Amino acid sequence: MAYVQGQTGEWEMVIGLEVHAQVTSNAKLFSGAATEFGAAPNAQVSLVDAAFPGMLPVINGKCVEQAVRTGLGLQAEINLVSVFDRKNYFYADLPPGYQISQYKNPIVGKGEIVLDLADGTSRTIGITRLHLEQDAGKSMHDQSPNETYVDLNRAGVALMEIVSEPDMRSGEEAGAYLKKLRAIMRYLGTCDGNMEEGSMRCDVNLSMRRKGDTKLGTRCEIKNVNSIRFVQQAIEFESHRQVELLEGGNVVKQETRLWDTTKGETRAMRSKEEAHDYRYFPDPDLLPLKLDQKWVNDIKMTLPELPDQKKDRFIRDYGLKSYDAMVLVAERASADFFEAVAKGRDGKLAANWVTGEFFGALNKLGKTVNDSPVSAQALGELVDLISNQTISNRIAKDVFEAMLETGKGAAALVEEKGLRQVTDLGSIEKSIDEILTAHADKVAEYKSGKDKLFGFFVGQVMKTTGGKANPAVLNELLKKKLNS
Amino acid sequence: MSIDQTTVVKIAHLARLKIPTEEQKQVAGELNKILEWITQLDEVDVTAVEPMSSVNDVPLRWRDDIVTDGDKMADIMTNAPAKTADFFTVPKVVE
Amino acid sequence: MSDLTDISVTEALVGLAGKKFSAVELAKAHIAAMESARALNAFITETPKLAMKQAIESDARRAAGRAGAMDGIPLGIKDLYCTKDVRTTAASHILGEFTPTYESTVTQKLFDAGCVMLGKTNLDEFAMGSSNITSYFGPAISPWSGKDPVKANRKLVPGGSSGGSSAAVAGRFAMAATGTDTGGSIRQPASFTGIVGMKPTYGRCSRWGIVAFASSLDQAGPMTRTVADAALMLRVMAGFDSKDSTSVDQAVPDFVTALGTSIKGMKIGIPREYRIDGISAEIDNLWQKGAAMLRDAGAEIVEISLPHTKYSLAVYYIIAPAEASSNLARYDGVRYGLRVPGENLINMYENTRAEGFGKEVRRRILIGTYVLSAGYYDAYYLKAQKVRRCIRNDFEEAFKKCDAILTPTAPSTAFAIGEKQDDPIQMYLNDVFTVPLNLVGLPGISVPVGLGSDGLPLGLQLIGRAFDEMTLFKAASALEKAANFNHKPPFMAGT
Repeated sequence: MAYVQGQTGEWEMVIGLEVHAQVTSNAKLFSGAATEFGAAPNAQVSLVDAAFPGMLPVINGKCVEQAVRTGLGLQAEINLVSVFDRKNYFYADLPPGYQISQYKNPIVGKGEIVLDLADGTSRTIGITRLHLEQDAGKSMHDQSPNETYVDLNRAGVALMEIVSEPDMRSGEEAGAYLKKLRAIMRYLGTCDGNMEEGSMRCDVNLSMRRKGDTKLGTRCEIKNVNSIRFVQQAIEFESHRQVELLEGGNVVKQETRLWDTTKGETRAMRSKEEAHDYRYFPDPDLLPLKLDQKWVNDIKMTLPELPDQKKDRFIRDYGLKSYDAMVLVAERASADFFEAVAKGRDGKLAANWVTGEFFGALNKLGKTVNDSPVSAQALGELVDLISNQTISNRIAKDVFEAMLETGKGAAALVEEKGLRQVTDLGSIEKSIDEILTAHADKVAEYKSGKDKLFGFFVGQVMKTTGGKANPAVLNELLKKKLNS
Repeated sequence: MSIDQTTVVKIAHLARLKIPTEEQKQVAGELNKILEWITQLDEVDVTAVEPMSSVNDVPLRWRDDIVTDGDKMADIMTNAPAKTADFFTVPKVVE
Repeated sequence: MSDLTDISVTEALVGLAGKKFSAVELAKAHIAAMESARALNAFITETPKLAMKQAIESDARRAAGRAGAMDGIPLGIKDLYCTKDVRTTAASHILGEFTPTYESTVTQKLFDAGCVMLGKTNLDEFAMGSSNITSYFGPAISPWSGKDPVKANRKLVPGGSSGGSSAAVAGRFAMAATGTDTGGSIRQPASFTGIVGMKPTYGRCSRWGIVAFASSLDQAGPMTRTVADAALMLRVMAGFDSKDSTSVDQAVPDFVTALGTSIKGMKIGIPREYRIDGISAEIDNLWQKGAAMLRDAGAEIVEISLPHTKYSLAVYYIIAPAEASSNLARYDGVRYGLRVPGENLINMYENTRAEGFGKEVRRRILIGTYVLSAGYYDAYYLKAQKVRRCIRNDFEEAFKKCDAILTPTAPSTAFAIGEKQDDPIQMYLNDVFTVPLNLVGLPGISVPVGLGSDGLPLGLQLIGRAFDEMTLFKAASALEKAANFNHKPPFMAGT
């Protein structure tokens, strides 16, 4: 738990997050228009989305299923009866003048997310609820000096609003929460979690209180922060702003604020200044949404293994360290890649290679697991060569570099470059004898007690063998010779 | 529960209806008359009565997740009172 | 007057089938009648060219042996139904020159059955009214005029909101018309003009493409001169529509087969409370006469109780404005319709909506906004939804004792334009007998039964169980036969 150091003492952050996650579906929540990202303006708009007179909503069953899947993935209660309400307000990109949402009776109730923190501890964050609602369109304010442009492609796209309890105490925890939530949804296939394309957006509720206080302070809501990094920066900025206000004897005004990415600060939103009164009421164009318990159970049966379960299994079955397992399960693609490498091999060795050289290379190349230049099969082959002592771990690193450069297989490269490890006793013994003869003085020094010279002899032998001598065999033989 | 001029201004703004100041009092009067008439509902005991928002007790039907609509920009834009290129336009909004 | 305009739909279909006349002749006669009746302001938009085109196509279909169920029948379409390529106004300024690129499900069904559209009929703005006075395009006027000196010299309302439709059908310049009914907007104008008006069960007709007033109450229905025509036309209009989540997947029976069948043993309920509520002797008298007619036809009259129906109007004037305040939020000057400039977005909204909506619509939007607003929701909206359930329970109890219920349709005959305009509540009271059905979704039909002492028509309303329009048509046809209402309005188009 990180406290903010003020002039007068330490302050604690109280953070709750509201995440809007775009449901992965072909069509919108209440219309048959497409949801694909990047279409020409107003090309993916139906008469329903644009709220033409007499148009009516019909719900997309897939979106209901996705919300239930997500709820199950968050260990949450699924409400068999939920209600769609209208949230009434005027805005240029909200064609009907109301958003169809769920207010009093959401489809998913209380759940939880377990966060694994960098220091190895874990924290459970409560999920208050998850509900289905429509996205609004997009307003563009910077295209013309006196007009706002409106594109309705997003209008009506299904969103899951996932509300957390105010359980987080630092920007790091908020970041971990978002990463974990995103991982769970990606595992489930319910949201692609792509924050750059806006398919996952976050509102941050933040208040400050003196360390030790149990009463909550006045909170501000920071709207639409569109990357995990910005969420953490916004929390950092906003917590200090609030502490300064409070320590200066001022009050924090409950308001909606905007994260300004260029200035790196939050500021009050003008358009949200007035108090809202959304006049929620059940949408009379829709009937209550009723789910069958058996249907929910069937979905539960088809859920994939989720990050927490996978992590436990990796520790159990592959003997991984908790930290490595956590890193590997953070993305489903990484976990799948690891499993493909580890299958039938030394799990620990595979994990070292995936989280070490492999991730390092991807990072350097700016690539992801999915477009990696080295396949899991190829990396597995390399691991095999280490395991069966064809090459040493050190040589393997060179081979891996060559694999990245040439795209060739590990075995082929070892043969081509003659990197096969020498385990032949006779030939190693011959090299040792040559070195010991050439450095008789050093041998004498060693024998008189300068143990450290052992490394020197190893190095010299390796040099003459081009690093290919099996280190274990070399060590054993060398020791024997020097001590004889 | 009676509506005064301030309330008229508030709800008119929520409903985005401009009501000239000189009419606000009169509107308040009219609305109060209707609300007063509606208070007859106070006579009814509704303890333990579930609210009824739809008359047909049938389950909500689901659509399949298939793209069947959209791609009709001309239909969407043809009645627009103001547009630029393929966008609807409104007076500039400051966020 | 042309003979072709004074016949029923059923008769016209016989004539067309027997080649006595063509659809083109029928259309021409009605177009001429429509043009001669412009003083009644029953149509907002006339579509004679479209009508002629459709009539020519109809004759071709009939010649090819492919005539539909209502092929060649010229209709008025209430201007609340969106019609492809024909301006649709909802009688409001706010829709401006809005021209839909789509066709409502119900009008599509009518066209698929061969109907010919004469034009779009007048109505109260957004169907909010009982007089057709609130139309931006001016009031529609009844073809009837009263005997008494006051009414004889004043123009009468044709009822509302479907006033243009009732005026056109009664005045013989549309053979039938569509209406919509949110609180009585089909049945009350039918009663005022001496025609038949049918509001089917909620969910029977698709609402897709009909400009919404109050979504949980709105239903489309036919307005005709005979019960048989209503049965025929409802069959065409009704049917499940996957585009409307509140549409009910129920088979649509051939309602015409119910007509003229015996009502022997049918139990007709008379709600006790409707009597007590101080209705005029004239209305009470007609009601008793109607009950006697059904008794004579073999029905059994039973007294029933609907203790909560007296609260229906108050419930209605919370729920309908609440839903309307939200449904009408889409008229904001952004994507279609009127836009009145403003210095910023909010001003643009406020100017557009203040200028675009008429007084009654503004009033209802304000009421609706208020009853949903923070702090008042429970006291008004939630309370109303609870009383609504009490009303439904009343009807459920009542229908254990009877098969249909008989009541007056409206508390009076038509009033003059200008009357009842100062006090909205007086106007709202027009719907006292019709509103309960909308709240609970039940079907109802108004049948003309006699004339009041002022010489103006009066109808009686029959109420049925949900999706039991068959019983309703059976009883309505018996009542129609016994009442033998053959009075015609002083104004008949073309005379």
